[in-house]
Amino acid sequence: MAHRSMRIAGLALLAAATLSPAAARAGKTLDAVRQRGEVICGVNTSAPGFSGADSQGKWTGLDVDVCRAVAAAVLKDASKVKFVPLNSQQRFAALQAGEIDILSRNTTWSLTRDASLGIVFTGIDYFDGQGFMVPKKLKIDSAKKLGGATVCVQAGTTSEKNVADFFQAHGLKYKSVVFDTAEAIQSAFFSGRCQAYTTDMSDLAGARTKTAKPDDYVILPEVISKEPLGPSVRRGDDEWFQIVRWTLFGLVEAEEAGLTQANVDKEKAESKDPVAQRLLGVTDDMGGLLGLDKEWLYRAIKQVGNYGESFERNLGPKSALGLPRGPNNLWSKGGLMYAPPVR
Amino acid sequence: MSEALSAAVREPPPPDGGAVAWLRRNLFSSVPSALATLLLVAGLAWLLPRALDWLALRAVFRPDYDACRALEHRAACWGFVAEKHRLVLFGRYPYSEQWRPLVATLLFVGALAASAHPRAWRRWLLAAWAPVLAAFFLLLRGGALGLSPVDPAEWGGLPLTVVLTAVVVAASIPVGVVLALGRRSAMPLVRGLTTLYIELVRGVPLITVLFVASFLFPLLLPQGLKLDALARVALAMTFFQAAYMAEVVRGGLQALSRGQGEAAEALGLSWWRIQRRVILPQALVLVIPAFVNSLLSTFLDTSLVTVVSIYDLTGALRLALGDPRWREFFLEGYLFVGTLYFACSLAMSRYSHWLERRLARWART
Amino acid sequence: MRRPRISWSTRSGRALVYQAAFLAILVLAGWALWRNTVHNLAARQIRSGFRFLDQRAGFDIGEGPVPYTPDATYLRAFAAGVANTLRVSLLGILLATPLGTLIGLGRLSRNLLVRALSAAWVEVLRNVPLVIQLFAWYLVLTELLPDPASPLALAPHAFLSKAGLQVPLPLWQAGGLVLERPEVGTFGVTGGLALTPEFLALLLGLVTATSASIAEIVRSGVLAISKGQTEAALALGLSRAKVVRRVVLPQALRVIVPPLTSQFLNLTKNSSLAVAIGYPDVVSIANTAINQNGQALECILIIMSVYLTINLVTAVAMGWYNRHVALVER
Repeated sequence: MAHRSMRIAGLALLAAATLSPAAARAGKTLDAVRQRGEVICGVNTSAPGFSGADSQGKWTGLDVDVCRAVAAAVLKDASKVKFVPLNSQQRFAALQAGEIDILSRNTTWSLTRDASLGIVFTGIDYFDGQGFMVPKKLKIDSAKKLGGATVCVQAGTTSEKNVADFFQAHGLKYKSVVFDTAEAIQSAFFSGRCQAYTTDMSDLAGARTKTAKPDDYVILPEVISKEPLGPSVRRGDDEWFQIVRWTLFGLVEAEEAGLTQANVDKEKAESKDPVAQRLLGVTDDMGGLLGLDKEWLYRAIKQVGNYGESFERNLGPKSALGLPRGPNNLWSKGGLMYAPPVR
Repeated sequence: MSEALSAAVREPPPPDGGAVAWLRRNLFSSVPSALATLLLVAGLAWLLPRALDWLALRAVFRPDYDACRALEHRAACWGFVAEKHRLVLFGRYPYSEQWRPLVATLLFVGALAASAHPRAWRRWLLAAWAPVLAAFFLLLRGGALGLSPVDPAEWGGLPLTVVLTAVVVAASIPVGVVLALGRRSAMPLVRGLTTLYIELVRGVPLITVLFVASFLFPLLLPQGLKLDALARVALAMTFFQAAYMAEVVRGGLQALSRGQGEAAEALGLSWWRIQRRVILPQALVLVIPAFVNSLLSTFLDTSLVTVVSIYDLTGALRLALGDPRWREFFLEGYLFVGTLYFACSLAMSRYSHWLERRLARWART
Repeated sequence: MRRPRISWSTRSGRALVYQAAFLAILVLAGWALWRNTVHNLAARQIRSGFRFLDQRAGFDIGEGPVPYTPDATYLRAFAAGVANTLRVSLLGILLATPLGTLIGLGRLSRNLLVRALSAAWVEVLRNVPLVIQLFAWYLVLTELLPDPASPLALAPHAFLSKAGLQVPLPLWQAGGLVLERPEVGTFGVTGGLALTPEFLALLLGLVTATSASIAEIVRSGVLAISKGQTEAALALGLSRAKVVRRVVLPQALRVIVPPLTSQFLNLTKNSSLAVAIGYPDVVSIANTAINQNGQALECILIIMSVYLTINLVTAVAMGWYNRHVALVER
């Protein structure tokens, strides 16, 4: 009799012990990544130019390259990345829950996201804007003539809010059709359910490459919002935040210093430029200040290439999307890519 | 007198057997019935040849994109299925390792078929299932015996549907039994709380429960503890299904006569012993057909996990239809997946009916 | 010697101890989970509380009877979602019940073809997941209907196109009752009452799937009535149709109404699948809200209470109907 109540009390204590939260521990993503031996990177299920897998399961894209560069810097091997495709509903929840280490999923940096979702953006890897795509046969040449149209937009994105603001600012009415996945929207738009598709310009260009007749669709010139896209990490881990942020800055700096995948070995051995020497770890150990070793950026450049090379490969004029550098060029060439110095 | 006799002797009634009588009884028994038959026969005569033509006679079976486009939807393009069937059936599982989920699923289904006959319901059945389940998860997960590890995030397609169904049903049975016993308990607090839980969970749609799994579970767990997406969904679906299972078990408990419980009490057995040895064995056997129905509805409900981006059979089909070249052949894709679900589901419901009849015979003897 | 009131040896004493222990475990677990949640919310800097309901929503809702603009509050957005849920559920129930009854009676018909086709309808629709049926309906509607710019004119002012079915809408305006007619413009048909393909696909999917379940309920209800009733009625010279309408169905209602209630509730719960095909019901709105402001706990509580309320109201209404309609036996 007595031991039965003891059993109940014991069970209660056990339950209490297992359910109590561990003390809040910040800054342990780097340890977890090192122990695991790979970086877990949240990407888009399919965003041509930013992240996509071919039929053999090999991932390519600008966002993919950012994660690869971090893996090269931290784990010495750019292939030690596990890519987790996420739709727009699950992306923040996955980062908050700790299922992924970096969210590199052409996500717009905004105040609400920085301040209220428990995540923090590390930088901008693509300056984009939101636009509209319409079928050519409607003969529309400006977004201001879209009054009364049915517009397809993805749920839970900044595009949804921006398009509402745009139509309201111009005093136009519209009807929205909202879906959860990009595939569903594109299917609806290309089947004719809605007359306009609105999302980031780079997404529109990518979606157009996927149809049988890309020339039947035209992207309208108006850019209705600023969409700075960049990777983000969980709030509260400053060490990991710095690593991801400075890897991206490092790749931009590398392009400015003229270091490419092809010449990085030669430059490491022979260069007399102090900027290049610091970047490649020949003189100062910048990596050590971040918790890494001094060849962190050398490996990233060697295995992934500098920012410009990554852009050309995935989004540039020779790729399927054929986008110009535009605002994504270096500041010295008239663009907006300006990295603080690695020193 | 002969007139009276001859007046009494009538013509024999028309023959009841034979094709004409059968037709009259089944198809032309009344004017509305005859009209309906004619309309339906006309409709079927128009529809069936065209359907056969579209589905099979002029259809393209090779994975030939140009041939399919040339059809212009006048016939089915089963080439879509031929091209994409591995993506649909196995999801994003690594291409070269797809033999593993195939073998695992066949093993599981074989074990299920073998345990289906009541003659196999012996004590060693549960013990025999343990190695089958171990082999199933080992094949899928890898990491031992020379098999490369495959993360549960990459499981997909039919094996994932099977895993979810099996785990949810197996886990919800004990929880459901406990809830049902609690609902019938004499203690008011226990009864009240379990009734509240059951009614609450049965009143909300499954999608809400899936949202709770994706958005709320990460908040509820302590900081060090992490559950991957599949485990969270399985846990949430278990809690959901347990409420329905509890009602099924409660039906069985109520159907059992009170005499059993009272006799066991008179013999001096403790409450737990009574439940474990007398009440539950009889009650659970009574509701086995209802269990199979629960299994069936869980199997069909797993298709909802596509909303929280878990790529089960339905999710994998949507992934395959994301390919812009093959997007227009969505009808063939949905027919393929729909037929798969239909076949499995029909098999389970027929089994349930057969089992019900068989158990009724057994109970009567 | 007086026995103590609460004693381990009495059943009531033991019950008290067990319940106290059970309560203690529950409270402990609940407190631990609450502490985790508060801690995690603070760590992620997510706000909590229902104050967000007063904020501007900022997104558009494609359709619905509740007047809504992106300037409206989150509260109004949720109200619009609830109105959409009720709209499709009520219409679904109204259409599924007669269809299901007909098919259920069809399964009991003497005509072999009618019996076979009804059985096929029921078997196919009950054994394919509802999500697949909805996706299939939606794709069929959006692919096969004509382009919005050149719609099919079903009647002088009713148009069918990819943008849905558009019919004249009677509006109450200053001058009295005015009919707002749909007009064909550059972007298709504007004005009037628009039943979008999302709404139509959801409605058709729910009605056909639920009619299969209702058919089974009606069939088992009719089979539960003893054959003697039918035979006696036929002996009295009533036609078959009259027998079904006047003798069998009224008695069968007693058996049919309780499971029918749960089918109505199932239809309402199944309407939450709208989030998969883009119909803005309350679950879809909550999904958008969660993604915009991160307040998952509050939004999920809102949708759960909406469904529980609908549940309660329907159960009470059908309970009243059951008592009202149930035949009183001797």
